[in-house]
Amino acid sequence: MDRKIVIPGQLLSDKEKMAGPGTYVKDGKVYSLLYGIANVKNKVSVVPFSGKYYPSRKDFIIGTVIDVTPSNWIMETGSPYDGLLHVSEYPKRVDSSEMRKCMSIGDCVIVRIKDVSKSMKVELTMREPGSRVLTKGRIIDVVPAKVPRVIGHSGSMVSILKKESNCDVFVGKNGRIWINGKSDDMDHLAAAIEMIERESHISGLTDKIGRFLRNEPEEVAESDADELIEEERSTLPAKEDNVTEETCRKVDALLDDEVDEA
Amino acid sequence: MSDKPEKFIDENGIRLDGRRVDEIRPMTVEMGVLTRADGSCYLEWGNNKVLAAVYGPRELHPRRLQRPGEALVRYRYNMAAFSVEDRIRPGPSRRSTEISKVSGEAFEPVVMKQFYPSAVIDVFAEVLQADAGTRTAAINAATLALVDAGIPMKGLVAACAVGKVDGQLVLDLNKPEDNYGDADLPIAMTEDGDITLLQMDGNLTVEEVNKGIEMVREGCEQIFAIQKAALLERFGTAEEEEVLEDAELQAELMSEEEEVSEAAEEEDAVEESEDLEAAETEDPEDVEVEEAEAMFEEDVTEFEVNEEEAEEEAAEVNEEDIASEPEGEESTEEEGEKYEQ
Repeated sequence: MDRKIVIPGQLLSDKEKMAGPGTYVKDGKVYSLLYGIANVKNKVSVVPFSGKYYPSRKDFIIGTVIDVTPSNWIMETGSPYDGLLHVSEYPKRVDSSEMRKCMSIGDCVIVRIKDVSKSMKVELTMREPGSRVLTKGRIIDVVPAKVPRVIGHSGSMVSILKKESNCDVFVGKNGRIWINGKSDDMDHLAAAIEMIERESHISGLTDKIGRFLRNEPEEVAESDADELIEEERSTLPAKEDNVTEETCRKVDALLDDEVDEA
Repeated sequence: MSDKPEKFIDENGIRLDGRRVDEIRPMTVEMGVLTRADGSCYLEWGNNKVLAAVYGPRELHPRRLQRPGEALVRYRYNMAAFSVEDRIRPGPSRRSTEISKVSGEAFEPVVMKQFYPSAVIDVFAEVLQADAGTRTAAINAATLALVDAGIPMKGLVAACAVGKVDGQLVLDLNKPEDNYGDADLPIAMTEDGDITLLQMDGNLTVEEVNKGIEMVREGCEQIFAIQKAALLERFGTAEEEEVLEDAELQAELMSEEEEVSEAAEEEDAVEESEDLEAAETEDPEDVEVEEAEAMFEEDVTEFEVNEEEAEEEAAEVNEEDIASEPEGEESTEEEGEKYEQ
């Protein structure tokens, strides 16, 4: 698979049939529509660097209720279009007058996009396992383009985040991440997510985040005595690793010198 | 008016600021300077300093301005009160309203508005320091800000002016040339050379206009090169690995979605919500069972049992039981609802 950075209007292919998402065809040639990375497989597609969330069917997102009408909850979705959640899409039967008791303005909800019409009417549903009103925890915003980063290869990053921080994590496709756990843990996790967004170019990021979540010095200082010992214990092997790495490097250097001399 | 120079071009064909007649002023650009904006660009072109910000696509209010089939591109050109020697009165003026209108239309053929029906893309171009040719500088900055915001576009737009001083055509006028010259002809064009903005101040013959357009074409080629270099450098070298990795993940996610999108819907029944992404890589066997189950609205795991290995089977049956319970409840509720309606 071939990849490169492309800009809008850049020629991608001479074959019209190669046109995939993020491209357009003019005079039988394929050009890029977006600023991003072009992937060439049997088709050319461009994945953008930035941009708003574009609602698509079956996505799980985190929405915020912004209005309650007699039969709908209107939700802000992080895209240019508000989502509509009809009463019948709520898991339980709710009377029109009772709607505000279930979800009121400002409530955050994990919802799934049921359908998106051509005129961008976004229909939501809560009749899905996992869909629920969020009453605890925090919501962190990341750029929607970074969502795959936070998830990682087949969910590796998310599982590290969950395991190491003892927090519940849910990543919405619209770039909203819900976390829930102890206050300190959440602070720590929020910092880790910020780090993913900021330092996503570092290779082996998943390991780095894992290490960050395990033994940050501040965390040791704040946590209570029992945890402190545990934290220290987990810190020690990491230090040893560093030492061995360094010694290895020195040994390598020495060996190189010897080879040079020889 | 006393500071009008006697000669704009010396005997060697060099202009007041040391340029040749077909040379543009040096241009530097920086993208992503505003963190709160969806896309931004700071551009310096000679002594012009322009800041462009793009917000959107976002919801358009009031609703009557919404266009059902496409997005609205709102362009606002504004000069800061301190951008010129004599303070200019802040707020929209006749001049800035006009420039806003024509500059916004300069992006008409490139921005894919049909992707975002009834939304709005707001472009703000703020002139911080003016030194002739601010509308063209603003357009050059706005193009990059739009690209930075991830707006789908067919290509870039560049703008440059040509004018006439001392009876000679010159590219990219500077302040004295603009103030005391005989004509000013700002032009914006797409990469294909289609002209999207053309205004004229002063007098030019038909031949001069045609020659001027050709000169602008040359100038815009240089500007496109600067814009492209800025775009390609932004994620160059150090971060290249990151963006490629990102693309890989994105592509992986997309292909996963395609393959398992149908399956995932069913699968989620047995998964905790937090495990959604992980769930997409689950055993297809489970899916089959669940699909069948959904079809018959009853537990069909019994029929599958023979094919399964003993251990897996036990675990699955348990999961199915758990999953089917709430489903059963739901369906009865649904029926009840229909009755009442």
